[in-house]
Amino acid sequence: MFKTVYNWIDERLDITPMWRDVADHEVPEHVNPAHHFSAFVYCFGGLTFFITVIQILSGMFLTMYYVPDIINAYYSVEYLQTKVAFGQIVRGMHHWGASLVIVMMFLHTLRVFFTGSYKAPREMNWVVGMLIFFIMLGLGFTGYLLPWDNKAYFATKVGMEIADTVPYIGPYVKELLQGGEIVGAQTLTRFFAIHVFFLPAALLAMLGAHFIMIRRQGISGPL
Amino acid sequence: MSHGHSPKEKVIYVGDSRVKKRVNPLLQPDYSAFPGKSEAFIPNFLLKEWMVGCVALVAFLVLTISEPAPLGYPADPNNTGFIPIPDWYFLFLYQFLKYPYASGSYVVFGTVLIPGIAFGALMLAPFLDTGKERRFYRRPIASSMMIVSLIAVVFLTKTAWNEYQHELKELNIIPEHIEREEKAREAAMEGKPTGQPKPNQEIALVDKDDPAMELMKKAGCLSCHGTDLKGGVGPSLRGLGDSLSQDDILKVLHEGPMKAQYEQALAAGVTEDEITSIAAWLAKQKSSTE
Ligand code: HEC
Ligand code: HEM
Repeated sequence: MFKTVYNWIDERLDITPMWRDVADHEVPEHVNPAHHFSAFVYCFGGLTFFITVIQILSGMFLTMYYVPDIINAYYSVEYLQTKVAFGQIVRGMHHWGASLVIVMMFLHTLRVFFTGSYKAPREMNWVVGMLIFFIMLGLGFTGYLLPWDNKAYFATKVGMEIADTVPYIGPYVKELLQGGEIVGAQTLTRFFAIHVFFLPAALLAMLGAHFIMIRRQGISGPL
Repeated sequence: MSHGHSPKEKVIYVGDSRVKKRVNPLLQPDYSAFPGKSEAFIPNFLLKEWMVGCVALVAFLVLTISEPAPLGYPADPNNTGFIPIPDWYFLFLYQFLKYPYASGSYVVFGTVLIPGIAFGALMLAPFLDTGKERRFYRRPIASSMMIVSLIAVVFLTKTAWNEYQHELKELNIIPEHIEREEKAREAAMEGKPTGQPKPNQEIALVDKDDPAMELMKKAGCLSCHGTDLKGGVGPSLRGLGDSLSQDDILKVLHEGPMKAQYEQALAAGVTEDEITSIAAWLAKQKSSTE
């Protein structure tokens, strides 16, 4: 049955090469922890992706309860955390995952750095990786405000004061992010939109580029 | 399925089908260049990989269940005593900006110059370190710069955290997320609501058609507590049952701050039984029905 459907589609769209390009490749010995335990350092990129997927899924469930306005945001989080079945787990996954994904990303970056894998011909992928790095930090910064408790509020306020000190563009950046003169209702909705739509979209585009480049170039060879 | 028109192919593209036949298939890197035991990604490697993934996922779930995500008190812009603290991966920058050469009139040094150079160099690493050598011990400059930066970041992060802990201790502050959780646990033990009271939230009247409402009017309570019990001269009585029981309320009336009003009500012809039914009804006024 499945095979018939697959063949029917394949005849029309020729999809076999598509997934083969993505999935059908070999894993060389020097990156396979089954052969050399130390090759586990090559797993960090995959683990980063795994947790990124967890972040996206748990985030989608969080938005089912989260209300992005300053009157209800805190109480919607509190409700999710204490009253909704499995709400604590979903919020916990997103909260701890946010830290874990950064840890994994650090480790992955260090692996790439210390194995010299960023060298020709992989320069562009390193630059894309750094962009991903900044997007991740941006997700961390904007996500931190969303529960709208004191910790969130005052950390963001400090962040805005820091942005303000940048010469020339600082005050504009601050006002753009804040959506006004103070950290308030506009800031929360902006951070929500940035956290949930803008940055994930950028992240997915960058991840796509990252993976296509890895498949084109293959993993770097043994040292 | 290949695009060549083999006689067996069932779908024939007609007209202006623009799907071009790929002359050269995508260049796949040739792993025969690498010595040793290569393995197919699908299915061999993936089968092992997903088992490791499951173990990682279970470990992660255990963490999330044993350690609930923290939540403090609702943001209060007028709170002046709160010690701001960013998430841990920003601490190094936060700490750096506390040093005199990176703050005050030198703040641009701390917010733009140093981070700009550090992250700029990191971003452009492939174009700065262009040698062919990949082993880190043969790239002493790049490696030592990275190691020194790592040590600096770890040091700054740790210092920031220690200072934060020290400040909490000095000022005798319990972080809000811990305090809130403790209080919620205590409240839950006593059967009280565990959530934070929501300001301006309408607390609905329970059993608002109860005759007690009429009795309170007759006893003159509503002139101070409001015709809708939302308060006036006296406090709102909505949600009173959250904090007071029927006996508590009778005590307020018999010997507490409402003694004079209680006596006036008796003088106006309200009976003791009617007072008791008022108290019973007030005790039923809870903010949540759980
Ligand atoms: C003269 C205005 C006035 C009238 C009339 C009045 N109250 Fe009060 N009531 C108050 C004030 C003021 C307080 C707050 C007293 C305090 O906290 O010291 C109060 C407090 C209370 C409280 C305690 C509320 C709490 O949260 O602890 C109860 C119960 C109460 N009133 C019930 C009644 C009842 C029942 C009547 C009718 C017999 C009544 N009151 C009539 C002014 C009034
Ligand atoms: C969401 C974040 C990221 C994900 C999911 C991710 C994922 C991956 C994966 C799966 C690989 C294959 C090799 C491996 O697993 O080690 C890889 C390789 C690579 N990554 Fe990332 N990465 C991320 C962020 C970064 C960052 C921040 C950098 C560096 C600035 C980076 C630079 C590279 C480079 C240069 C390669 C090629 C390495 C080689 O061929 O040996 N990546 N990435």
